[in-house]
Amino acid sequence: MTDTKSMKTTESGQLQSQAERETALRPAVDIYEDSAGITVKADLPGVSRDRLDVQVDGNTLTIEGQAAIDMPEGMEALYADVNATRFRRSFTLSNELEANKISAEINNGELTLRLPKRAEVQPRKIEITGS
Amino acid sequence: MFGYLTGFDRDFFDQFERMRREMDEMFGDRGSPLGIRSVAAGTYPAINVGASPKRVDVYVFATGMDSKSLDISLQQNLLTVSGERKIELPEGAQPYRRERFNGSFKRVITLPEDVDPERVDAAYRDGVLHISVQRKEELQPRKIEVK
Repeated sequence: MTDTKSMKTTESGQLQSQAERETALRPAVDIYEDSAGITVKADLPGVSRDRLDVQVDGNTLTIEGQAAIDMPEGMEALYADVNATRFRRSFTLSNELEANKISAEINNGELTLRLPKRAEVQPRKIEITGS
Repeated sequence: MFGYLTGFDRDFFDQFERMRREMDEMFGDRGSPLGIRSVAAGTYPAINVGASPKRVDVYVFATGMDSKSLDISLQQNLLTVSGERKIELPEGAQPYRRERFNGSFKRVITLPEDVDPERVDAAYRDGVLHISVQRKEELQPRKIEVK
């Protein structure tokens, strides 16, 4: 694989034109909630840790990633399901979630975000005393 | 408050995309003929195929897989990629969105006829399976010197 080159580096990713920004793909997500918080799982194929950006601005959570795909020089597309290399999706958070305690992990292009709830809003089981 | 994480998706472009798909379904057959092994838009996993003079590169966008559970076979110029992706929800969790593919898949792609099924490389990285098939040398364009 000596004749390959990385299609886009992080630097060029930041210099992307507005037009390219608009063609960002919406990654598929799974979202579920348990008593401790909300989990968001997103499919970001080709996105490694250093090309992933998870941001909370106010109450907006934004996931952004740039896929890096090795392509030989002079390659012509014969068929393409995927026609952009940038992923972007945003969600509005609700205030019972602790935005500063969000954790993110990416493994084989699968992003896992844990959005913990504030301790005071976690459901407590109330013990019933007496007989 | 309608924009909450648990709310409905009101993305304008989603509506647009749905419209486009409906139009495609309605008029698709009247356009250029479809490949016999073509699949509907949005089929998992997404695949890109690129050709260069020396080889054909296939990119399979299959995230979160164990590379051992991916099965690749090449018969002449017919490439088959299959595997299984299991997404398990923790017990007692309340799902809101389940957009990601869950289950087994198989995709068959016709590659150019001059690929060499003996010379195939495959690597799985960051959720992308990259299959690289060399093309037969005798069919590669040769530059002829004029004496």
